[in-house]
Amino acid sequence: MALPAKPADWFDRIGGVNALPVLLMIIALPLVGSTSTWVTLTVAGLAMGMMIFLMASGLSLVFGLMDVLNFGHSAFISFGAFIGASVLAALAAWVGADSAILNFLALFAAIGAATTFGLIAGLFFERVIIKPVYGDHLRQILITIGALIVSEQIVLAIWGGNPVAVPRPAILDGSWIIGDIAIEIYRIFAFFLGLAVFIALKLVLNRTRLGLLIRAGVENREMVEALGFKIERVFVLVFMVGSALAAMGGAMWGGYQGLITGALGGEVMILVFIVVIIGGLGSIEGSLLGALLVGLLGNYVAFIFPKLSLASNMLLMMAILLWRPWGLRPALKR
Amino acid sequence: MTDSELISAPASDPVRKGRMVVYAIALVIALALAFAPFLFQDVRSGQVAARICIFIVLAASYDLLIGYTGIVSFAHTMFFGMGAYGAAIALKNSGAHWSSVIAGGGLGVLCAAVLAVLIGILSLRVKAIFFAMVTLAAASVMLVLVSQFSDFTGGEDGIVYSSPNLFKPATKLLLGDDGKVLKIMGVSMDGKIAAYYFVFLSCLVLYWFLARIVRSPLGTVLEAIRENEMRAEAIGYRVVAYRTAVFMIAAIVAALAGVVWAVWLKYTGPESTLSFAIMIDILLMVVIGGMGTMVGAVIGATLMSIAQFFLKDLMEAAAGATSFLPLVPNLLNPDRWLLWLGILFILLVYFFPAGIAGTLMKKGAHK
Repeated sequence: MALPAKPADWFDRIGGVNALPVLLMIIALPLVGSTSTWVTLTVAGLAMGMMIFLMASGLSLVFGLMDVLNFGHSAFISFGAFIGASVLAALAAWVGADSAILNFLALFAAIGAATTFGLIAGLFFERVIIKPVYGDHLRQILITIGALIVSEQIVLAIWGGNPVAVPRPAILDGSWIIGDIAIEIYRIFAFFLGLAVFIALKLVLNRTRLGLLIRAGVENREMVEALGFKIERVFVLVFMVGSALAAMGGAMWGGYQGLITGALGGEVMILVFIVVIIGGLGSIEGSLLGALLVGLLGNYVAFIFPKLSLASNMLLMMAILLWRPWGLRPALKR
Repeated sequence: MTDSELISAPASDPVRKGRMVVYAIALVIALALAFAPFLFQDVRSGQVAARICIFIVLAASYDLLIGYTGIVSFAHTMFFGMGAYGAAIALKNSGAHWSSVIAGGGLGVLCAAVLAVLIGILSLRVKAIFFAMVTLAAASVMLVLVSQFSDFTGGEDGIVYSSPNLFKPATKLLLGDDGKVLKIMGVSMDGKIAAYYFVFLSCLVLYWFLARIVRSPLGTVLEAIRENEMRAEAIGYRVVAYRTAVFMIAAIVAALAGVVWAVWLKYTGPESTLSFAIMIDILLMVVIGGMGTMVGAVIGATLMSIAQFFLKDLMEAAAGATSFLPLVPNLLNPDRWLLWLGILFILLVYFFPAGIAGTLMKKGAHK
């Protein structure tokens, strides 16, 4: 930022890169045409963005802290979705019940089961798969790809190749109608769940001693080790939380889609990668920003030019890489 | 590998022996492929032989990236597919002539080269690990585009077309004394054999080209970049330019292999060219064969292609034998063969990161 030009000045005053999702919403309004459609699309985009954020934040932190790019991340997403679906199917009586408490109990049981699985599987994954190859990118990529193949096949072996229907709790089914605007309740729930996770992560990272250690580890791992902290234990914890968030995001995504197949993890993973690249590695703010941009753009473009929805995210990524090669809000430029 | 080992390596006996074994295996494979139509006369074996030829080239060009330069790309099938679709669309729309193969295939190869350069300058300068993600995203977008623009690409079903006249089974290549198709060792000299040798010779040329590159000064620079990027840059090599160039070369070779594949198969679809499964296949071939050794590609591709056929039969039998147990038959189902290959792959990366050829030749090991 040697010579701030006029447009850059103006851009920084409205909030810099943080304002991008809002700018995108404003630009989309005249293109979409009708306000009610725009509101529906925006809510859908925000909800989708929040769910992608859940999955992307873990990946981004794991990369920032440990310099590990985990291609096996999508396995946690798949497992999360399928475990969530199985729990909901097993609790069908609660899911369909007329009482809000039972509905939420079933939902939280599903999300909880997926998240717990993510924690345990994350521990296993870190110890067995990733630990032997720390510091070697090539072998990390290869090993995690191998783990991805194996876990995708296990999903196929357990749940079969046919699509599995995900029951949705009665209270979250249907939409609120305000005037001529229809908003699906599930999307609101997804949005607030994502927001809660974001706030919780932010508080832990900024207000606790553990968070301080994590941030210091992202910045300069060797220095933290030299000060006598066992950074490896923090790594394991971050990896477990990252995997749990991926599984949680997967469970939410499964409910959002309604019908899931074994390919789910791989499909979402592309979006997650794009988000992590756009946002910048290692920062949860970046992941949130990237996820919202991808979610919103995906929904708007799917409405305006249906054929280009995935390609649009790709183009967004290309444009942002040209503008800021390290992403929008990277924790570090390494 | 320490310096003293490096110095003593060429002289020590086990290494020389290992090297001999590897080259002997490669030679046997090459000879088997050269005389495949005479040695294996059923249709399925012919298919396998042609597939092995193509995949040797694909794996070798991928090895140029991952083994020699240390670039991990997931867009290799994308370039392969671009060549194949270029030739396929031209053959379908402007008739089965050589001119359409050259024009369409050429256009596909050109597109692949341009796209490779674009991706290269855009993302190779940032961070090597970004590159893996960017190429993965690019490849999946290409897959979606192909299935959506189905008027042009045939969508999920792909395109069926005929190959140039020379390769039609009715073509008489050599005539015997009686005016019929000449038979040599029971094999008729018709269009089918011409098609096989077209595949074999094109792949031989492409493979030779790749082997020349890694032996050339360029190959040495690439290995220098792989070993120590900063040092290569400090010596004065423009790392980004070299990386982009090698990415483009690999893309062009993959696209050319795609053109040959399209002409041979007379069908081009996402499953046969673009799918992620093929990308995994190539990756497995290179790692199993040995990264950073061109011969490794030959061994890996042959082994994988043969294993794909026989492992499935074996698993079929195993699943039948264990059908009384819960879940086990599910895991042994022939469709799950990738599961076992994946486990094998992980173990291989742990214990033999140099692959078959690399371990035997005691070189090319990445720590």
